[in-house]
Amino acid sequence: MTVKNFLYVNRKAPYGTIYALESLEVVLIGAAFDQDVSLAFVDDGVFQLTKGQNTDGIGVKNFSPTFRALGDYDVTKLFVEAESLAERGLTPDDLQEVMYEDEDDDWAEKPSIKIISRAEMADVMAGADVVLSF
Amino acid sequence: MKFGVVVSEGPYTHQAADSAYLFVKAALEAGHEVPRVFFYHDGVNVSTRLSVPPQDERNIQVNWTALAKEHEVDLVVCIAAAQRRGLLDENEATRQGKDANNIADGFRISGLGQLIEMGIQTDRLVTFGD
Amino acid sequence: MSTLHTVNKSPFANQTLISCLGHCKDGDAVLMIEDGVYGGLGGTGLTEIMANAAKTVELFVLSPDLNARGVDASRLMEGVQGVDYAGFVDLVAKHDRTQNWL
Repeated sequence: MTVKNFLYVNRKAPYGTIYALESLEVVLIGAAFDQDVSLAFVDDGVFQLTKGQNTDGIGVKNFSPTFRALGDYDVTKLFVEAESLAERGLTPDDLQEVMYEDEDDDWAEKPSIKIISRAEMADVMAGADVVLSF
Repeated sequence: MKFGVVVSEGPYTHQAADSAYLFVKAALEAGHEVPRVFFYHDGVNVSTRLSVPPQDERNIQVNWTALAKEHEVDLVVCIAAAQRRGLLDENEATRQGKDANNIADGFRISGLGQLIEMGIQTDRLVTFGD
Repeated sequence: MSTLHTVNKSPFANQTLISCLGHCKDGDAVLMIEDGVYGGLGGTGLTEIMANAAKTVELFVLSPDLNARGVDASRLMEGVQGVDYAGFVDLVAKHDRTQNWL
């Protein structure tokens, strides 16, 4: 079967609109297709990964823990743009920890989130076969 | 060339469903194939056969249904997004114990896997949304 | 290898066009559609940024959307080309991938 590079581009904040949640739903289903999957978090998309989300007061499910399960689906490349973080006053410490177990490295625990520059993000985008935008 | 198209915004409020329709028509006229259009997020609302826009306005659902029939375009409505928003075909309505269904001719409800499959099987993917 | 980017938001409403331009590679094309066509106007606060982008990226607007909004093609900044839907299709086919900045 053809293996393509799928890139999910997340540019919207969570909860105000459903895009972040429904993007995650595509990622989870798409994982069954054994494609090469990467997630990009750009602009307000970086807010999706912040720690400490508590939706008790808005009547909506907090889906941020789902990001931590992505490793179990072999989705292990979460690219976060450094400039988008900085513009929003965020540092990598403001993001939740997302880990995966690397089966090629004796199941060592490794971080899925990689902070990259805007220029590197442009390279990631240019390397995709299929870009799904949310 | 094979084009896959995603419509991710609802009709009438946003231009996305109109733009996507005109794009698909132009692609077919240019000799390309558009095997599937996938409706996601509020885009699923395009598929209701119960919308009744004023007669001097275009009917977005009717346009899509006609295009699908003429060119054998597979119009797929995401089941998860559709169920949230009250779009049900006959089977789903029965299964969920609802007293009505509203999916128009030419549209079918299916899973998100159809979106991924479209990405794998087409040469280009174009998304129209908000 | 190159990318066709589409932008459908006015650059006077949000940062989408600017973000798109910030991620373009040399030889990419940007097609402004729907409310995005306002990004092609000349003599605006953004014209300098756009002129700079035009050095490495091809800029297009979707003419039917421009016409719908009553913007005469003479109001476009230099270097922005109008295309119809057939031209939109050609741009998608010509570039290796399409990235839609929603």
